[in-house]
Amino acid sequence: MSIAVQSFTLSNGLFVTLSEDHSAPIVAVNLWYHVGSANERPGRTGFAHLFEHMLFQGSANVGANEHFELVQRAGGTLNGSTWLDRTNYFETVPSHQLAIALWLEADRMGQLLPAMTQGKLDTQRDVVKNERRWSVDNQPYGTWWERVPAIGFPPEHPFHHSLIGSMEDLSEASLHDVEQFFATYYTPDNAVLTIAGDFDPSEARALVDKYFGQIPRGAGKPPLGDMSVAPSFGEPRRLVVEDEVMLPRIYLIFRAPVFGTEEHYDASIAGAILGMGKGSRLTRTLVREQQIASEVSVFTFDLAKGADLLVIDVTAQTGVDASILERAIVQQVDAIHERGVTHAEVERAAALIETQFTIAMQSAGDRADKLSMFATYFRDPNLVNAQSERYRKVTAARVSRFARERLGSDNRATLVYVPREVEPADQNLTATSAKST
Amino acid sequence: MMAVLNPRPEPTAPRDYQFPRWTRNSLSNGLQLVIAPVRRLPIVTLNMLIDAGAASEKRGEEGVANLTARALVEGTTRLSGFDLAERFERLGGSLDAGASWDFATLTTTVLSERLQDAFALFSEVLRSPGLPEREVLRLRTERLAGLLQLRAEPRGLADEMLAHFIYREASRYALPEDGSATSVARLGLAEVQAFYKARYKPGGMTLVVAGDVDADTVIALAEQTLGDWPPGAPDRTSADDQAARSTRAVHIVAKADAPQSEIRLGHVGLPRTHPDHFPVMLMNAVLGGLFSSRINLNLREVHGYTYGAFSVFEPRRQAGPFYVSTAVKSEVTGDAVREILLEIDRIRSEGIGSDELSLATSYLDGVFPIKYETTAAIAQALSALVVYGLADDYFDTYRGAVRGVTIADVLTAAANHLHPEALQLLVVGDPAVVGDPVERLAFGPLSVYDSEGTQLSG
Repeated sequence: MSIAVQSFTLSNGLFVTLSEDHSAPIVAVNLWYHVGSANERPGRTGFAHLFEHMLFQGSANVGANEHFELVQRAGGTLNGSTWLDRTNYFETVPSHQLAIALWLEADRMGQLLPAMTQGKLDTQRDVVKNERRWSVDNQPYGTWWERVPAIGFPPEHPFHHSLIGSMEDLSEASLHDVEQFFATYYTPDNAVLTIAGDFDPSEARALVDKYFGQIPRGAGKPPLGDMSVAPSFGEPRRLVVEDEVMLPRIYLIFRAPVFGTEEHYDASIAGAILGMGKGSRLTRTLVREQQIASEVSVFTFDLAKGADLLVIDVTAQTGVDASILERAIVQQVDAIHERGVTHAEVERAAALIETQFTIAMQSAGDRADKLSMFATYFRDPNLVNAQSERYRKVTAARVSRFARERLGSDNRATLVYVPREVEPADQNLTATSAKST
Repeated sequence: MMAVLNPRPEPTAPRDYQFPRWTRNSLSNGLQLVIAPVRRLPIVTLNMLIDAGAASEKRGEEGVANLTARALVEGTTRLSGFDLAERFERLGGSLDAGASWDFATLTTTVLSERLQDAFALFSEVLRSPGLPEREVLRLRTERLAGLLQLRAEPRGLADEMLAHFIYREASRYALPEDGSATSVARLGLAEVQAFYKARYKPGGMTLVVAGDVDADTVIALAEQTLGDWPPGAPDRTSADDQAARSTRAVHIVAKADAPQSEIRLGHVGLPRTHPDHFPVMLMNAVLGGLFSSRINLNLREVHGYTYGAFSVFEPRRQAGPFYVSTAVKSEVTGDAVREILLEIDRIRSEGIGSDELSLATSYLDGVFPIKYETTAAIAQALSALVVYGLADDYFDTYRGAVRGVTIADVLTAAANHLHPEALQLLVVGDPAVVGDPVERLAFGPLSVYDSEGTQLSG
């Protein structure tokens, strides 16, 4: 499998990648802005994400809600997402609609502010507060999203604070903040654009020049705060949270090498050996053999600056105490830390990851997003074609070394969710069973 | 900033698109094959459809379909569950099984170079599952843990409870697809073995294959591994889909101090095979199916009540539910329900504008090729065709059928298939906050329940 890659940079600094593939008459447009929650100033947590919402509220030549409508009318799908260090916007459209997708993205990159109003900001603030209630506050374990980075990075670190933001900070966000954030970060030299799918490269290039070429370069963005952290936590960290949950859940968090490094591939394979698929160590032992866990997953945040986080996430089986579950997880991590992994385990993990990657690369939108990612972090979208090879090169010796160096007790942070003690029910209510079950 | 003079561009000429060509074949024992060679990337999806869905369960055994499907991948008579998983995963695939209302599936996607080995294991799992008691009981415990988790998960709880209030007790649809705590607790190895024996027969199976492989190879592999499976077919079944009530009622599931209310408004919808499928699809797209739909724009973009709101007609062989779903800040629960009801009334009385219809039509028409980028999506589409018995040219005529729907069709569909008088309103939220505003809607008789479904008042 080889993905076509052709890149160039406009004079205003916009880095563009074209990836032709004519197997279906569709084309994906994908923009990454190199800004995320890490760039927020104190007192404005959640602003990068709120700002993402504002980008769907129209621009100089696009009415409120028209962005969604025009793409859907063109037969396309679209969305955006915000992460700790980047924000992306993307649409997949029938290939004959490429121009409208590019025009819409250029209009909001070049001329967002004329469309911004206090009323739109107030509405999106309410929408985002509801998003917070929906995904964090009214969801069992929902606060893990902000607790894991908070425990994984020191308080002054740009990755420490909440991405979705606090209700108070969201309330404080003003139109002035919108103007400043836009001027500082939403500039062509702080963005990459990828077009993937069915298009003619010279026509696409002409459209990019026409729509994006005249957008002025930015004045440069302030540097992020100090990103550097020690490779390990040094001392054990631990937080126990009482929540509206029925079963205990444990997150075991490790500081990990940054995304893109050789060692990060070792970390991914180690994570897959521990928790990917039914053949993984944690699933085999905790779910199948000991029957003390109901769900297991292991993942990384894929952070390309400072340090990444490798996270083990295990939910208890009914009736199993958090301390028993925690001991069993630690035992498995100790085993790989002390005795390493086998060649067969590495092979299994690499085969699963390779298939997953190939599956994802069928989609023009996923291809475009990966190309934008490698372009944003490393100015090298061609890295997309090196992934399978880099995973295949990982050896048992490398993964064992990673486990020895990084998965020891000096580099573990534990976040435990336990069910809140319930108050006794009101005895005055007459209870009659309404369910037939 | 300079003014950009570029006018809004027009589309160029559209390029042709054809849904992948596919063929039907069968083995002598009755097992059907649907094969779509798609040569984009070197991967293949296998999707075995088994006439062993939740709707075919006997009363009192709700959940056995899912338990049986999941037990399939827990080992064969030859391999332990771990050995099976390990072997399959070394081929780079994961073997997944589950049951939905109308069928059970065993599915995987693997690199085409590993298809032969994967196919052999896939067939072994179907024909000679070990169904080890220890694993069956573990899966049962896991399902019970999932149901327990639901008590604290407002979204899932709302979906589960809504079905219970929409369908009558005799309907299988009143209980969750994977069974309830009571029914699952009663299941054991004997029920799983009996269900497997009764329903896992080649005459009730269709293997759907999409990806980098030719039909002859698939037919040969199927003959080799499944061809000598003795013939037989499961009994035909049909789910009861009758409503619990013909008039409105309000059901509040109490969750003290909830910062948000999960709202559901619904009633019995229509079978997937109903002739009004396309007009209803377009009507629902305008009402609440799209981001730019009336309900979402009203609740989210005009009022800021919610992160999102949608409506759906769930496709099933018999009449699945129609419902509107959203989560709103507790204080605006009553207002949000009022707006949803207004939108339902409005689409029935006033119909829709031509710009609204053209948005929905051009979206559904245009997005068609985008939906089928992956082998899994193609296999899934063909699976729906098989399960619902859609015409063989369904995907070739789909876009024309979408474009053929008129404003009058949509109005008729809204009048015939939205039943505001029969809507059930469910709110999972804080009764102290939502009780009065909901009562003031004068929607219907109000009952309050706890998260177990036990009625507290009303």
